[in-house]
Amino acid sequence: MINQLARLGHKGLSKLAAFGRAGMILFQSLVAAPQPLIMFPLLVKQIYFVGVLSLIIIVVSGLFIGMVLGLQGYTILVDYGSEQAVGQMVALSLVRELAPVVTALLFAGRAGSALTAEIGLMKATEQLSSLEMIGVDPLRRIIAPRFWAGFICLPILAAIFALVGIYGGALVSIDWLGIYEGSFWANMQNSVDFYDDVVNGLIKAVAFGFVVTWIAVFQGYDCIPTSEGISQATTKTVVYSSLAVLGLDFILTAVMFGEL
Amino acid sequence: MKEFDDVVIDIKKLSFSRGDRLIYDEVDIKVPRGKITAIMGPSGTGKTTLLRLIGGQLKPDSGSILVDDDNIPELGRSDLFNVRERMGMLFQSGALFTDISVFENVAFPIRVHTDLSEDMIRDVVFMKLQAVGLRGAHDLMPSELSGGMARRVALARAISLDPDIVMYDEPFTGQDPIAMGVLVNLIRELNASLEHTSIIVSHDIQETLGIADYIYIIADSKVIASGTPEELSKVESEQVKQFMHGLPDGPVPFHFPADDIVSDLMGGQQ
Repeated sequence: MINQLARLGHKGLSKLAAFGRAGMILFQSLVAAPQPLIMFPLLVKQIYFVGVLSLIIIVVSGLFIGMVLGLQGYTILVDYGSEQAVGQMVALSLVRELAPVVTALLFAGRAGSALTAEIGLMKATEQLSSLEMIGVDPLRRIIAPRFWAGFICLPILAAIFALVGIYGGALVSIDWLGIYEGSFWANMQNSVDFYDDVVNGLIKAVAFGFVVTWIAVFQGYDCIPTSEGISQATTKTVVYSSLAVLGLDFILTAVMFGEL
Repeated sequence: MKEFDDVVIDIKKLSFSRGDRLIYDEVDIKVPRGKITAIMGPSGTGKTTLLRLIGGQLKPDSGSILVDDDNIPELGRSDLFNVRERMGMLFQSGALFTDISVFENVAFPIRVHTDLSEDMIRDVVFMKLQAVGLRGAHDLMPSELSGGMARRVALARAISLDPDIVMYDEPFTGQDPIAMGVLVNLIRELNASLEHTSIIVSHDIQETLGIADYIYIIADSKVIASGTPEELSKVESEQVKQFMHGLPDGPVPFHFPADDIVSDLMGGQQ
């Protein structure tokens, strides 16, 4: 009994310590003494790896999710004779929820796991140590640009996701199911508010970008430098960031739309 | 312990533990300037840890590590990075940056710490690569190098800023005999021509004895013997003898501590 309590306490303490380390990494790589001139080329490179290379999966998923939304929305709305509202439904669900959330989940799987594995492997092959011995702070050189890249890319990817999704919805609704084009777009324009919907959606994406990238770089930097440790860290990145995104999404939604 | 005329690294009463395991227990080590000092001992005694302690990547529980007059454990982040500019370290795995070419790897410390023009960087890098015999490999990527070549490139990188102290972490491990001979010669020649201090951590006895000026043998969290290679070969201690001659059984037992074999084979029943 006492042993189990002790084990629980030990586990709790080590989790707390991990939170502390994650905070330290965040602080030291982002807040302490930024070096914009050195950072910029590294940042561009990371934006390419993290953002541009994630484009395909984002665009394809966005297209299909938009198409599914259009189809599902139509089959439900047509019973009430209000299939004209499908544009509104597609746009609102994408902009408010699906674009930031699904993008963040895909991003965690595509870019987050890659970041963790890359940083973890750098640790295992002593590249991080060797940077330190050369006199370069790996937090600034390796972690900071990757962190900023994820932070910058995710909102942009979410916006692209929403855009492509809406076109996917339009494709199905207008070209296939034959909804009148004018009412599809007009309904959408009337109901989507720039501040309430678009900006709030982007705020969500920014928050998710922060959390997912933070988890990814921390798991990589903090992993046990063996092949087993890296695989565990990569798994943790995907699991933790997915859970964090979904939980955070509920909180943000409650704050943004809760007082309706 | 012998008194040296000129000590570059002076470790006093160093204690370090990892988890519950005591790695160093009030160890004193002095490294003479301009010489090749070897730290030897069985695997798992924390020899690499010692290099990391000297480099300030780990903090000791107690004790001081003086590099010239800087006490490493007490230095702040930026001072520590300044001291590290005077150190070069060759990691066991080479630790080349895999996303940039051999040339850029060697140029990396120069770019970070100096404002030299591109022409001068090129000259310095080619000189360092020439010194390790790999000028022709300058545009290869690290993944295209053999293990021995990667270690030589890492050596070129470690000396690219002409450091005062070069630390070698297991430089001979996993090398074929030719690459090993090349590395032994390189370490000796570079030490003589560049006049830096070399610290070699190794358990390859013959190679290390051949080039070291002074040797510390570490076991059981302590320095169990130290001296020149000739002095060590005359030490009577069983522990030192076992290590120096590679005997399978002795004070360091062949068997990991275990229960009686008969009772284990009987499935724990007597």
